[in-house]
Amino acid sequence: MSATAAAWIALAAPLAGTIVTGALFRRLPGRSAGWIGTAAVAVSFVFALITLAKIQSVAPGARELTSTLWTIAGTTGVDARATILVDPLSVLMICVVAGVSMLIHLYSVIYLAGDRGYSRFFAYLNFFVFSMLLLVLAGNFLLLIVGWAFVGAVSYILISFWYRRTTATTAGFKAFVINVVGDIGLVLGTFFIFRHTHTFDLLASFHAASHVFASGSGDVTAGCLLLLVGAFAKSAQIPLHTWLPDAMEGPTPVSALIHAATMVTAGVYLIARMHPLFQLAPAAGDVGAVIGCLTLLIAGTIGLAATDLKRVIAYSTMSQIGYMIMGVSIGAYTAGLFHLMTHAFFKALLFMAAGSLISAMGGVQSLDRMSGFRRALPFTFGSFIIGGLALSGVPPFSGYFSKDSILLFAAGRGGWHWALWAAGYVGALLTALYTFRMIFRAFLGEPCAEARELIETGHLHHAEAPTNPANGEIEDTDVGFPGPDHAVAERAVPMRAAMGTLALLSIVGGIVAIPHVTSWLDHFLAPTFADSTLVGNASNGVLALGLILGAVVSLGGVAAAYFIWVARPALAGQLRERFAPLATLFENKWYFDELIDTLVVRPGAWFGRFSQNTFERVFINGVLVGGSTGLVRASSALVRATQSGMLRVYAALMLLGAAAVAFYFLLQS
Amino acid sequence: MSIGWYLAVSAIVFAIGAGGVLVRRNPIVILLCLELMLNAANLALIGFSRMWGNGDGQVFALVVIVVAACEVTVGLGLIVALHRRRLPIDVDELRELQG
Repeated sequence: MSATAAAWIALAAPLAGTIVTGALFRRLPGRSAGWIGTAAVAVSFVFALITLAKIQSVAPGARELTSTLWTIAGTTGVDARATILVDPLSVLMICVVAGVSMLIHLYSVIYLAGDRGYSRFFAYLNFFVFSMLLLVLAGNFLLLIVGWAFVGAVSYILISFWYRRTTATTAGFKAFVINVVGDIGLVLGTFFIFRHTHTFDLLASFHAASHVFASGSGDVTAGCLLLLVGAFAKSAQIPLHTWLPDAMEGPTPVSALIHAATMVTAGVYLIARMHPLFQLAPAAGDVGAVIGCLTLLIAGTIGLAATDLKRVIAYSTMSQIGYMIMGVSIGAYTAGLFHLMTHAFFKALLFMAAGSLISAMGGVQSLDRMSGFRRALPFTFGSFIIGGLALSGVPPFSGYFSKDSILLFAAGRGGWHWALWAAGYVGALLTALYTFRMIFRAFLGEPCAEARELIETGHLHHAEAPTNPANGEIEDTDVGFPGPDHAVAERAVPMRAAMGTLALLSIVGGIVAIPHVTSWLDHFLAPTFADSTLVGNASNGVLALGLILGAVVSLGGVAAAYFIWVARPALAGQLRERFAPLATLFENKWYFDELIDTLVVRPGAWFGRFSQNTFERVFINGVLVGGSTGLVRASSALVRATQSGMLRVYAALMLLGAAAVAFYFLLQS
Repeated sequence: MSIGWYLAVSAIVFAIGAGGVLVRRNPIVILLCLELMLNAANLALIGFSRMWGNGDGQVFALVVIVVAACEVTVGLGLIVALHRRRLPIDVDELRELQG
């Protein structure tokens, strides 16, 4: 079997899973839908690994394999084919996507067990995996756009999975609308490129780009900036990030899979995939780097003030993707993808652990209500600690190496990139602070009522009536709302297996690229990025400085978090008083929602009302519709008046008509 | 004798018939006037037939006579039916058939 055939099977397996679970959803008993979904993704993962093995046997210079199934549309100037591109970058992505997806499916088998929409959930989730694989395997711009739009649509569907919750459906709308802004950016950006290269094929475009575009020319810069808009919307970068925290309304496995590990990193993949174009547009790369840097700082500060458990992790996702976007924008492709991979491991782990904690709280997500779960949920606590240490970048966890390799590259670029380097370490400090603020508040201290119940009786706490944690509305447990009963996550074997595997990967994931020790990832990705002209070779001194600084900053952040939220519980309140304006700013999420509301939503709504009241009512209703009905009505009244029933009038009209015809012909001759 | 005279007579008879249809209210008189119009047309047809020297016009006139006979049958039948139902024998009163 060739590498491309294996990739096709990896792509097809989740689609088959969707069709089976979606078509047979009434007939699948018990948890079989979950197991079918998991098996489909497992098949996909196995074939992704086969692809990985097969591509190693190809000569490094020729590791850009394409395979075309059929031609979608082939006429002059349009070459739309169902083509996949199998190269080290896409192989890395399919391995990460399929692998993490498999574990999250495994987790969901139990986590969603009580939900009435069980089969529906797995049909959607499998379709998501298919879409994401399509996005990363796409060999031309068209399939890329299709995959891109599919993942956005599935994201919307799954955020609104509990469709009777108004907060969830509103969050779904928001995510969809902002993602469509990104889709438009991607499509227009593609058009700018296509106009000059005259081909949709990715490799052919890249090949042609260096001939048809002058470096830094207007069109390639505009195209790359539009691609960046797509990347920003999908990857929740400022100012198109406001949908991601709201997306946490979806079920927790969805947050783990789509809104942490895979879909939101599509922007990073896009920039890395389009690197030959971005190299011709240095200005676009600089914009990406600055926005990524701003996002990582701003999201970090919001994470410090957020009190919703899942939203803290969501802001940390934004912040970590900020690192990746910054990395791939300055040319640190391998480092950015390395961070993408390790982030997928530890962020999926953190979300799974958060899901376990939330079900132990009976659906409550507020950190203010949680405390002392350390003894009640020891396995979850361990997962949180491992995930948190990896996220904070404490050596030797995976996040340490991946984050530092991005910052090292920034230092190697020199010049103003040193500012990015410094900001990256400030962000690392924030990361450690908010991560361990969350962990310490939830797990240390006096056990709260729910934790005590779990310790004493061994059963989950159940609220009197199920409520929506976001607004306190009373719910039932029928379809469209969360199911009645959540298992204690850490007691179910599949959930333990999923979390344990990810914990292991979070610890050792960094092994693929330890500076001066291993460079497997660099070697593997080298063929894809061989043509990169952006180099960031830092000296060994800077490398050592970065590694030591990273360790000090992360450990210092953890220690500071311990000091503020555990050792001196009063200190947090005092700090809040002391820096009240800053705290208000962070708690209100830097007023981005309000800003977008003022700048976009309100003018848009005003224009809509104006159109409805003025344009629609007066012009469309009044002139166009009213005018034509009036015309018909008036002429029909005229015709009706002649139908008097007066026989002699009819006869007279007939005679007049005949006479008129006769006169006409007489005059003609 | 030129065709003009035939046509003049035909036109006068047709005009008398048409005028009668328009001004009279009694359906029987209207039927009579209709017959006048048809016969005016027949006269013109026969005149043309004679002018060209072939019989096509005469054949046409025969057909018109047959149609006129049928039409009179239907028309008189209607008038008899109106009379039996004691409806007014006046076309201006009979105006229920309207759009």
